[in-house]
Amino acid sequence: MLTKTFKNDTLMSSLKDTFTSSLGKKLIMALTGLFLCTFLVVHLIGNLQLFKNDGGKAFNDYAYFMTHFTPIKIVSYLLYTSIIVHALYALLLTTANKKARKVSYGAYNGAANSPWTSRNMGILGTVLLVFIVVHMSNFWYEYHWGKVPFVEYRTDLSTGQTTQTELAAADFKDYVKYTDNGVEITRAKDLYATTAFAFQTWWLVALYVLGMAALSFHLIHGFSSAFQTLGWDHKKYVPLIKTIGIWGFGVLIPLAFAAMPLYFFFCK
Amino acid sequence: MKLDAKIPEGPLAEKWSKHKFNLKLVNPANKRKYTVIVVGTGLAGSSAAASLAELGYNVKAFCYQDSPRRAHSIAAQGGINAAKNYRNDGDSVYRLFYDTIKGGDYRAREANVYRLAEVSVNIIDQCVAQGVPFAREYGGLLDNRSFGGAQVSRTFYARGQTGQQLLLGAYSALNRQIHEGKVEMFSRHEMLDVVVVDGQAKGVVVRDMVTGEIETHAGHAVLLCTGGYGNVFYLSTNAMGCNVTAAWRAHKRGAYFGNPCFTQIHPTCIPVTGDHQSKLTLMSESLRNDGRVWVPKTKEIAAQIREGKVKASDIKEDDRDYFLERKYPSFGNLVPRDVASRNAKEMVDEGRGVGSSGVAVYLDFADAIKRLGEDAVRAKYGNLFDMYYQITDENPYKEPMRIYPAVHYTMGGLWVDYNLQTTVPGLYALGEANFSDHGANRLGASALMQGLADGYFVIPYTLGDYLATIGPKAVDEKHPAFAETKKAVEDRIQQLLSLKGNKTVDEYHRELGKIMWEYCGMARSEEGLKKAKKMIQDLKADFWKNAIVLGKNEEFNQSLEKAGRVADFIELGELMIDDALDRTESCGGHFRIESQTEEGEAKRDDEKYAYVAAWEYKGEGKPEALHKEELKFENVKLTQRSYK
Amino acid sequence: MNLTLKVWRQPNSDAKGSFVNYPAQNISPDMSFLEMLDVVNEDLVKKGEDPIHFDHDCREGICGMCSLHINGRPHGPKQAITTCQLHMRSFQNGQTITIEPWRATAFPVIKDLAVDRSAFDRIQRAGGFVSVNTGGVPDANAIAIPKPVADEAFNSATCIGCGACVAACKNASAMLFVSAKVSQMALLPQGQPERYKRVQAMVTQMDEEGFGSCTNTGACEAECPKEIKITNIARMNRDFFTAKFFKQEEA
Repeated sequence: MLTKTFKNDTLMSSLKDTFTSSLGKKLIMALTGLFLCTFLVVHLIGNLQLFKNDGGKAFNDYAYFMTHFTPIKIVSYLLYTSIIVHALYALLLTTANKKARKVSYGAYNGAANSPWTSRNMGILGTVLLVFIVVHMSNFWYEYHWGKVPFVEYRTDLSTGQTTQTELAAADFKDYVKYTDNGVEITRAKDLYATTAFAFQTWWLVALYVLGMAALSFHLIHGFSSAFQTLGWDHKKYVPLIKTIGIWGFGVLIPLAFAAMPLYFFFCK
Repeated sequence: MKLDAKIPEGPLAEKWSKHKFNLKLVNPANKRKYTVIVVGTGLAGSSAAASLAELGYNVKAFCYQDSPRRAHSIAAQGGINAAKNYRNDGDSVYRLFYDTIKGGDYRAREANVYRLAEVSVNIIDQCVAQGVPFAREYGGLLDNRSFGGAQVSRTFYARGQTGQQLLLGAYSALNRQIHEGKVEMFSRHEMLDVVVVDGQAKGVVVRDMVTGEIETHAGHAVLLCTGGYGNVFYLSTNAMGCNVTAAWRAHKRGAYFGNPCFTQIHPTCIPVTGDHQSKLTLMSESLRNDGRVWVPKTKEIAAQIREGKVKASDIKEDDRDYFLERKYPSFGNLVPRDVASRNAKEMVDEGRGVGSSGVAVYLDFADAIKRLGEDAVRAKYGNLFDMYYQITDENPYKEPMRIYPAVHYTMGGLWVDYNLQTTVPGLYALGEANFSDHGANRLGASALMQGLADGYFVIPYTLGDYLATIGPKAVDEKHPAFAETKKAVEDRIQQLLSLKGNKTVDEYHRELGKIMWEYCGMARSEEGLKKAKKMIQDLKADFWKNAIVLGKNEEFNQSLEKAGRVADFIELGELMIDDALDRTESCGGHFRIESQTEEGEAKRDDEKYAYVAAWEYKGEGKPEALHKEELKFENVKLTQRSYK
Repeated sequence: MNLTLKVWRQPNSDAKGSFVNYPAQNISPDMSFLEMLDVVNEDLVKKGEDPIHFDHDCREGICGMCSLHINGRPHGPKQAITTCQLHMRSFQNGQTITIEPWRATAFPVIKDLAVDRSAFDRIQRAGGFVSVNTGGVPDANAIAIPKPVADEAFNSATCIGCGACVAACKNASAMLFVSAKVSQMALLPQGQPERYKRVQAMVTQMDEEGFGSCTNTGACEAECPKEIKITNIARMNRDFFTAKFFKQEEA
């Protein structure tokens, strides 16, 4: 018989109890981490429009959709929160972990028993956080409040040919789309041009590539680690998760993202 | 004082049931007024402490390790016997009883052994209920194996670590009671004396090994579950910390010591490599099921092997002497432990030993590998082969193993009656610390059984009888006996700390071990024993003059701990010699050169020696007094063992 | 062999410790690591110096008492063995060997290389048991347990409580130890009635002791002398979250 009982009067106190425990904090790390992983997939699919040779029309359409469609907007706030919570809890846990070994070893050979990535999630995460801040100020901030040029696309619906012209200033709000005389006219913020311009700067490209390297190492450990924390240890599925974590999230996604600045730097 | 074993009347199979009924009970409401002190937390100690606390008694438990889970019961590999007859192969309580009595060479009490066999079945049930992960078959039921030459499969096991799993079970029961507040646990505490008030044990004096503080603890009864004294031989399969101090202090306070010379030597241990050796590692007896024991036929070849000129695998079949198969054609390599051990020693004494030291014989798996294939041998013994390789750096799949006997278990211990009470009322001894159930030789997989039987199923009944008799009145800790005993302990510590000679305590221990191994080991003779007695007396005198003991009491001081233990071992060594001298017969693990058959086998003398030798301490420098408890065999016929 | 030992010396838990160098001379490769320390200690005793204190008992790799951090790794350079099973042939002549105690706030140093691991005991006392009294239990074969389940429970049960997992973990986390104990009981039918209480009680105690949290580096699993797997940690997490979110009887 256990004398200590776990009767919690309210849902709130029960949740507090859960999320102040070391396992609860880890659960938050895992859940926010995995949510960020799903975001990466969506983000990547959208950004692939950058490679479309249409003067950025598809990309700019996508940028408008992502910032103005209400459900997506809600998700995006969830996303920002996740990033903050993930980083905050990482800080909390790391502080607690440091306290768990106040005197460090004179000799410590971590390489003998664990992969480098797993021991340096904090450093990798910090690099990523810096990257995210830079990235958001480059594009997200600029798109919302900065000076992004405007562009007009005219597509002849009968031939499918599109022409584009820079617009000096907007006499519309963010985005308009209408058909006039068999020509589809789209006017939008030209985030594509901003992107193309930004990635002409070599050090920014380098920073992005570095950021993606950090993402790669972070996810090689992080993705499968999240499943481990959630308690997913089934013999049949664990190898699959490991494969997805390493090749999908650790290699493919960061490579595809890194290809974007490199594409603009070298090919445009 | 006349020894009274308090064996109940009546037919063998009914003794325990009747006795349980006749024992007095403690009123449930009164149980919480009693405090019981349990020293040692191995199988016997943990199970006793937990079971008594469950009944409602307050328990104070002590162990010298940093956690009760580390007691040396943990090292038992093979298994635990129980007369479950799950295999339908003809096992029964009576057969287990009979095998144990016979295996002990008719030097154990019938009633105790029968009770042991009787409760063996409950032990397995209890352990399974606690979550002990015994080996299972594909149908989900418990697996059994035959062990140590038994004709039936009655051994339950948990891979190679039955001891650890059983101890963790008992430890978890103990933890539950600590959690409930019924057991107060004192780790890193060493018991240094028993407090005897008006002839009854009422407490202990312990040393906090971290701070050095000397504490007294009072209780209505004291249970010594402190294990065996194999470390008197310096090298043994015991843990480094195993010691006789608690039992020896109790002996000096009036508890008789039973059959001290009965020690078990295990044949399949990894041989000694040099003077630096601190302990010996046992490999499971099961190796002898497939391994063949041999030495070279001639001394010359053996010498070449020792010098490293030839390899064992190069020795021709004709030049090998499979001595166990030659001498015991019907049992071959599976003769009992004592016979196998003695024969190995004989070969080494003849100069036919192998290995660089020459103190080893071969255990060869070449035939088994040829017959079964290397994979099959690996599946059966892989972990043991790995262990051997780790220690010796030799590959037993290619070259035969080298083995030599080592001290493993002590059948002797504090004399107890049927209730497990020593000659000091209120002082009990359980498990290996007592002498009671194994006679002159213990069967494989029976030590775990006895420890748990004593702790789970015997002491909870028998202790109640005593406690009901003395009543729940609180023990008076103000009684001068507490202060006096504490003072005696402190004085002794100061005496030890004043030793600033030139020889380390380890050197004395090694020397003592060599004397004991040489003269009181596998073969004993009057001449040798007499010589050894003198040597030990000299060693003792020298110790108290020339030993080095460093530091102070008020600190974590392993130097001091060791010194106190070795000082007690030296005194015990002398008593073992006395006991071995008294028993001129050969029986079980005790082989007297003077008492052998024409074929060189052990010869028992039931006319003169069918007794338990219980030794009474008479004071410093005085010879101990021998008391004899006659053994009556009403149910089994005494026969001479033969393995020819 | 001749070696140099760089050993952590600390007279007691309050004192400040430091590394001290000792020569270890004429060491046989057949010696175990602890026997090598015995030799060094005997020299120290002869010189009247305080010998190096370290915990050890069975010297056959099962009691879990020995606990040395050798050249940056718990139980030294080899895998799946304890310090007492490590032999000097694993080192080279002339080598310098750094020997330290387990480092964790929850394992305070008592003296030199010996640490206090009673936190492990307290975690088990919090719930690492099946609440059955002695006697009155069903026959051992009353409940059949599938062999793979029994084997898995056994694998978890092999933990010797040495603390190498904590020592190896960069966060000094005790998750491998606690999860092994939780798993054994969670797998067996006997452990079911208290399964969800147990995991909560033990995790709570683990947190109270001041161990770090798990970042799934796998260092514990790699250094465990009994090769306990981190799948146990996943299992413990699952049980813990199940208890917290889905078990009505726990609310």
